Amino acid sequence: MKAKKPKLAVFKLASCDGCQLSLLDCEDELLAVAGAVEIAYFLEATSRIVKGPYDLTLVEGSITTEHDAERLRLIRKQSKKLITIGACATAGGIQALRNFADVAEYARVVYARPDTLKTLATSTPVAAHVAVDYELRGCPVDKRQLLEVLNAFLNGRPPRIGSHSVCLDCKRKGTVCVMVAHGTPCLGPVTHSGCGALCPSYTRGCFGCFGPSASAHPAALRPALTQLGKTEAEVARLYATFNAAAPAFAAEHQSLAKRKEPTT
Amino acid sequence: MDIWLLPRARLGELIATLRARGYDVVAPTPRDGAIVYDTIESDADLPIGLGDEQSPGRYRMVARGDAAVFGYAVGPTSFKRNFHVPTERLYRVERVGGALRFVPEPVAARKVALLGARGCDLVALRSLDRVLQGDRYRDERYAARRSDVVLIAVHCGTPSASCFCTSMGTGPRASGPWDLALTELTTGQHRFIVETGSAMGLTLVRELGLRAAGTLDKIHAAKVPIAAAESITRRLETDALGARLAQNLDHPRFAKVAERCLACTNCTQVCPTCFCTTVEDHTELDGSAAERHRRWDSCFDLEFSYIHGGPVRPSVRARYRQWLTHKLSSWHEQFGSSGCVGCGRCITWCPAGIDITEEAREVGSPRKAEKTT
Repeated sequence: MKAKKPKLAVFKLASCDGCQLSLLDCEDELLAVAGAVEIAYFLEATSRIVKGPYDLTLVEGSITTEHDAERLRLIRKQSKKLITIGACATAGGIQALRNFADVAEYARVVYARPDTLKTLATSTPVAAHVAVDYELRGCPVDKRQLLEVLNAFLNGRPPRIGSHSVCLDCKRKGTVCVMVAHGTPCLGPVTHSGCGALCPSYTRGCFGCFGPSASAHPAALRPALTQLGKTEAEVARLYATFNAAAPAFAAEHQSLAKRKEPTT
Repeated sequence: MDIWLLPRARLGELIATLRARGYDVVAPTPRDGAIVYDTIESDADLPIGLGDEQSPGRYRMVARGDAAVFGYAVGPTSFKRNFHVPTERLYRVERVGGALRFVPEPVAARKVALLGARGCDLVALRSLDRVLQGDRYRDERYAARRSDVVLIAVHCGTPSASCFCTSMGTGPRASGPWDLALTELTTGQHRFIVETGSAMGLTLVRELGLRAAGTLDKIHAAKVPIAAAESITRRLETDALGARLAQNLDHPRFAKVAERCLACTNCTQVCPTCFCTTVEDHTELDGSAAERHRRWDSCFDLEFSYIHGGPVRPSVRARYRQWLTHKLSSWHEQFGSSGCVGCGRCITWCPAGIDITEEAREVGSPRKAEKTT
């Protein structure tokens, strides 16, 4: 490999660092990745900073401040390919719960001096601000999928990452359906594949960490969830987590919130 | 055809004999709250005293209150996954100098004995045989895995509320070819009445030294699938069904079922005849090699019909229609039979509880269609 190695940058916006940590978590493959790219900007791994432009940029986190929005525009300008990683960057993350509430009230509850705070009323995905070349889902992202995305971009091919439901992965693995056979509420039928159907493999229901699948239809899952004893408020709560602002999930918990209103 | 008696206490010997002959014995076994088909080592692995309750979208494994071994209805797995495997590498391509070297993935030789196959399971397997090795488009990987298989059927005495094999003509009595067919009798001495259907079956019976079954036992055994048939209440009217469905492709029922359908792919994955796959290519990080993998796929997945520019069936309505009409209508033209064996798996394992017999009945009623359009 005499050709110049592509420059990789990893940036962080409003997030917990868990997704970029997944890259460091690729213990066995990390050396191969480090050999294939020049790590030009990755503060979690090294304080050595190489100036842009970058060939491949990974962005973690959502936009919650005007400052980050501006920073993101600069990142985009310096990046040939920009890939967003994780629920924050692709859907706004758990902090997007503010989109459905009063952020000023949140600030008053949490901070002694909310007047020192400069924050936006919403938490929005990166793609709402700049053009994105690929979105990798998950809270956190799956390290095998992260490697696949890096591999695909380095080899100039599309990533082989399905947008089907978790159910298809359960069935390929031969995992017995926790919802049908055990009566455990599960978001698998509406959730994007990616984790390898982890929770059902341990006889737990899916939490929806990877957000809605391409065909997600939460309204059709509602009768099954309520039949298993979930109240409508509890069903709404299931969708108001890491991917609360992903359109299909947001539509479901907001539609249930509206139904609740007359009684409250 | 002679009929033999196998005492329950000697069932383990049948399994041991098959294993001694080098066969992996794939049979019902309880796992994670369901009776699944998997490789077993002895009769202790069978679902002893276990049964099930099934209804649309619901399955519970339950204690039967007796020691029956085959006292359940089919569970979420089918024998399909032994031959048409869920995920496999097809080949690897390596760069050698300036050329590409293709290295096909060999199929591991595996002799398989299917113990406890129901009538619906066997018809499903024949249907898959027709699709995957029945004409010039042969799937050699499937054919290799299917090449040395012993079929030991069990005539069904315990259908579930989801079953409708009587409508599809696939059970509860298991029609041949099979090597052996067992009927379980639990009243009195726990025993199996054994029919032989091949030289292999006869060899197994001789090896075990079974004695002939008595006349009364033969009568008791014959009654088991008859009683099972009488207990099946779910029906699908198959008369001209394919044509009736094909005439009603714009039926409003498809839009209605799309409101309930999750497009989660469960029905297709539990179906013993659904055979669709996708291929995925992977590369080494440095581009020195690539691999092609094949995985089970589903016509309910949005990407399944993706071609340049977008998916051919973007709506769930279109995808449900594709599945229903392929299974019950166009399968006839393509493969000369119905694609449905009436096992009821798609009904039980649909999280939304959608019932194929109900949807087919609605779509297949032309007069209703005219009224509602």
